[in-house]
Amino acid sequence: MSAVDTFFIPLLKIVIVLNATLVAVTYMVLLERKVIAWAQSRLGPMRVGPYGALQPVADAIKLMIKEDITPVKADKWVFTAAPIISMVPALIVYAVIPFGPEVSLFGRKVALYITDVNVGLLYIVSVASVGVYGIILAGYASNSKYPLLASLRASAQLISYEVAVTLTLVSVIIMSGTLSMVGIVRAQEHAGVWYAFIQPLAFGIFFIGGLAETNRAPFDLPEAEQELTGGFHTEYSGMRFALFFLAEYANMIVVSSVATTLFFGGWLRPFPNIAALGFLDIVPSWMWFLVKSFVFLYIFIWVRATLPRYRYDQLMRLGWKVLIPLAIANLVITGIVRVVMLGAGG
Amino acid sequence: MAEAIAFYVISAFVLGFAIMVVSTRDTVHSVLFLVLDFLFVAALYVLLNSPFLAVIQILVYAGGIVVLYLFVVMLVNLKRPPEAHQDPHRRTKLGLGLAAAVLLELGAIAGASYSSPAPAVAATAANIPVTGNTEQVGWLLYTSYLIPFEIASMLLLVAMIGAIVLAKREL
Repeated sequence: MSAVDTFFIPLLKIVIVLNATLVAVTYMVLLERKVIAWAQSRLGPMRVGPYGALQPVADAIKLMIKEDITPVKADKWVFTAAPIISMVPALIVYAVIPFGPEVSLFGRKVALYITDVNVGLLYIVSVASVGVYGIILAGYASNSKYPLLASLRASAQLISYEVAVTLTLVSVIIMSGTLSMVGIVRAQEHAGVWYAFIQPLAFGIFFIGGLAETNRAPFDLPEAEQELTGGFHTEYSGMRFALFFLAEYANMIVVSSVATTLFFGGWLRPFPNIAALGFLDIVPSWMWFLVKSFVFLYIFIWVRATLPRYRYDQLMRLGWKVLIPLAIANLVITGIVRVVMLGAGG
Repeated sequence: MAEAIAFYVISAFVLGFAIMVVSTRDTVHSVLFLVLDFLFVAALYVLLNSPFLAVIQILVYAGGIVVLYLFVVMLVNLKRPPEAHQDPHRRTKLGLGLAAAVLLELGAIAGASYSSPAPAVAATAANIPVTGNTEQVGWLLYTSYLIPFEIASMLLLVAMIGAIVLAKREL
């Protein structure tokens, strides 16, 4: 291994992935505004650039030059740390997300992922669980009533839905027999089928849980304007507010990428077991990954434009009395079937 | 060499944050230092080649248990400094006594493990038919340590039922 392989290439990959994510996040905001506008027979942003294409740039400049206010009675250190704590986990998760297999690039074997640790999936879950601190601390440090209420709501919601989501991930781990993200895609290639078709229930719970974990409609109670003014980031302005905003969209991209990897074969083409569809391999592997993830991002927006917000007790009832029991049942059945199949030599 | 440097740097952070946990006045800050401390302990596990333990450390302690601590601390609102004890010297004596006891215990454990470096675990590790950190931990939990593992889960179940009974007066 030369210095280029061990140091330069990983560093380059990190720079590319981080920048691509941040650009994707800003354009995600534009996409959301456009799609929701179309859903409501409006045009959406049209002024900056052709069809509003430069709107994210204008937004970014606006947020950066806005006055950055810290409330007098705020807990200064924690108030500053909270946006950072919610942004960082959303970004470092990309370290283990595989965008494609190893490919030859300029005569060199390059893996289209930053690293493939053998506890990849657990890494994602644990990093995501740290992200909740950003929300709790933002509410606490603002020293203001509405943000505190919103942050308590948000953290109760995140903790509740984390249980259901993690249980569905265990079903996937039982199927694939590995915690490595690359290994899970390889297992789907080997099985010749995307796990969404074997584990539709697990996928459904994962996606609903994902909506709740990212505080998206119909579970966007933490920022319910009618009840809580602006939610846990009411007291934030300028770039610090922007960090919360970016973290929310970065988390949406994370959920989409993880859903793609675990349930929709990651970089695999559709029907990887049917040789007659081999002509589809002309599309590069990372392109499949991006297309699938984009579909999920679109669904996120589509759901927001379609469904009204849940009430808080409905949200909790759905999480604890419907999703968690279903996830446990799914887990037990998956385990039994798997043991029987392994016993039969499958 | 690099590993030794990493170990000492990480250990310095672990100890430093541990001191911050007990010396800060603000309870919420103290809990936050505890989270940082747990993250650096996880880094120590990575250094010991057990990534599974490292991510579980973050998931269970930093991401789970301490979040609940934070809830409690935030809700009871300890902004007001606690009232001083009638006899501050009694508290100091008690604390010193407890600290001495813990130190003695740790010394005994360290001495015992130094004289006989855990042969039992080393022997079972060689017999494990699976490779990979996660698989090995799972194998050990479900073979050599099955009964302690099951007892631990029973304890958690009992605690959970207890909490429900206490919280709901009328079931």
